[in-house]
Amino acid sequence: MVAATALAEAATPSAAGAALDIEQVSHAFDIDGTELPVLSDVSISVEPGEFVALLGPSGCGKSTLLRLVAGLDRPKAGSLREDEARITRPHPSRVVVFQDPTLFPWRSVWDNVALGLEAQGILKSQRQRVDDALDLVGLASFRNAYPHQLSGGMAQRVALARALVNDPKILILDEPLGKLDSLTRITMQAEIVSLWQRKGFTTLLVTHDAEEALVLANRVIVFSDRPARVKADIRVDRPYPRHRGDPYLADLRRQILGLLGLDATW
Amino acid sequence: MSTYSLSDGLASGAPRSAPVFAGWLRDSGVGVLASVTWIAFGLSCLWWEDVGDWSRTHSLGIAAFIIAAVALFGTVGADYLGSAGKALRQRAPWLVALGAFLTVWEVATAKFAWLPLPFFPPPQSIIEVYTDDLPKLLDSVFASVKLQLGGYLIGATVGFLTGVSIGWSRAVGYWVHPVLRFIGPLPATAWLPIAFFTFPSSWSASTFLIALATGFPVTVLTWSGVASVSNAYYDVARTLGAKPSFLVLKVAIPAALPHVFVGLFMGLGSSFAVLVVAEMIGVKAGLGWYLQWAQGWAAYANMYAALIVMSLLCSGAITLLFAIRDRLLVWQKGTVKW
Repeated sequence: MVAATALAEAATPSAAGAALDIEQVSHAFDIDGTELPVLSDVSISVEPGEFVALLGPSGCGKSTLLRLVAGLDRPKAGSLREDEARITRPHPSRVVVFQDPTLFPWRSVWDNVALGLEAQGILKSQRQRVDDALDLVGLASFRNAYPHQLSGGMAQRVALARALVNDPKILILDEPLGKLDSLTRITMQAEIVSLWQRKGFTTLLVTHDAEEALVLANRVIVFSDRPARVKADIRVDRPYPRHRGDPYLADLRRQILGLLGLDATW
Repeated sequence: MSTYSLSDGLASGAPRSAPVFAGWLRDSGVGVLASVTWIAFGLSCLWWEDVGDWSRTHSLGIAAFIIAAVALFGTVGADYLGSAGKALRQRAPWLVALGAFLTVWEVATAKFAWLPLPFFPPPQSIIEVYTDDLPKLLDSVFASVKLQLGGYLIGATVGFLTGVSIGWSRAVGYWVHPVLRFIGPLPATAWLPIAFFTFPSSWSASTFLIALATGFPVTVLTWSGVASVSNAYYDVARTLGAKPSFLVLKVAIPAALPHVFVGLFMGLGSSFAVLVVAEMIGVKAGLGWYLQWAQGWAAYANMYAALIVMSLLCSGAITLLFAIRDRLLVWQKGTVKW
């Protein structure tokens, strides 16, 4: 889908991934005075450049964990570290792609992608990076379009470009393909893997789709129901590109669905 | 459908001219009719003697014939006139209605005085105001525009800044919100007597009142616009490294802009009301004052003339506001056309 030439031309300043340490993190929401625990003693250690999928029943607290990693919220207990430095606030080295593209409707595609560089005050000298990021997701010809003119898949690609233009060390994907049709989904899964392989950033992917986790990630962490605890930590040692019909993956999928309590139906 | 058109096509040459004529009638018929009604208007001016003493009757009749000619040649020859011809054809039904209305008006007032005369002046007497009383009318227009523009710009600016501050800062909201609730709903005209006392000049008092009438809706709608910006936008901007100033200037304000324009529109409406009242009561200039003055002299034609000018100005101001909005909010789908 993405032109190979565009990938090769794209400037890639050293953007190798960062290590991520989640240590005994617990978190809870206050809802009308009562405390609702969402994360319970979660510890995960992610190597630089790993692709980790976080899998769990919906509403279990995976997305909360991502917000903590992004620095948007602070945990009630425990700590998170990016390359040994404690995460206390958002930083463009950890960029999130949300389930909704949340493009700014008043900005053109180009201006949306330029958002991070503009916010950091370096857009003027680095305009080329915006063009490169748009090339990377194959939307260079839509640079002047407004978000309402884009399809769901295109909008999510713009959101991806908006994240990648910052050369993140950790890319955080919060069910980014959840609302796309299945064809677009499969194409974009392949795109995400190829971007990750080229750029080398660490990737965290929240999903509730076991197949998606297995096709993309080299590590799948399965969470329990709320409050989320780590139930299993599964290594996926298969080369890319992976095939959905691979019996090894099918076997892992059965195991994971079993962990999620779906063994009777499958 | 198909059988019908087939038999039609096989028919002999004679009926073939009928569709051509029908097409011509559809395209230009209304234009011809418009021309007819304007000729009728011109004739109504010249045929009978005026019941009163008006100097522009003859010129008005001639002007009506000219408009009739333009309507006729413009619509019949629209194909050779490009977009102007197209626009004329589109507006032809309105020309018909206008011509008919003016004819009835002319006959009912100037010729047979079916409507009581000083209160219902004929068209030529209004034309007479525009030609003979032009300097005074222009002075009034200038005074009104100056007063309105100054007050509106001050009110809109202060309202916008206040709205953004309340929407953004809890502390500002705590102090300003009760004041806004207490004073805002009060019609600005209720302040008139006090304002004319306390301000050094009637001009500054009116500016204040117009600003007040504008400021309240602008403040409330800007505030609600800023408050309703989705948190997701802030989250995105923050993860991309945005500082608080960026969040206000590049996220909150652009996202709130559609609301702001609703506030500006509402403020414009209520400030017109204040302008006219202020001019009628305290300011010795402007179209409101002109209306009051004309009524004092029982110069009813002058009142209608001033009303027409006022309506054009107000409508023009709203058109301008909508044009600015359309320019700034091109990213929105489906906006109301004015």
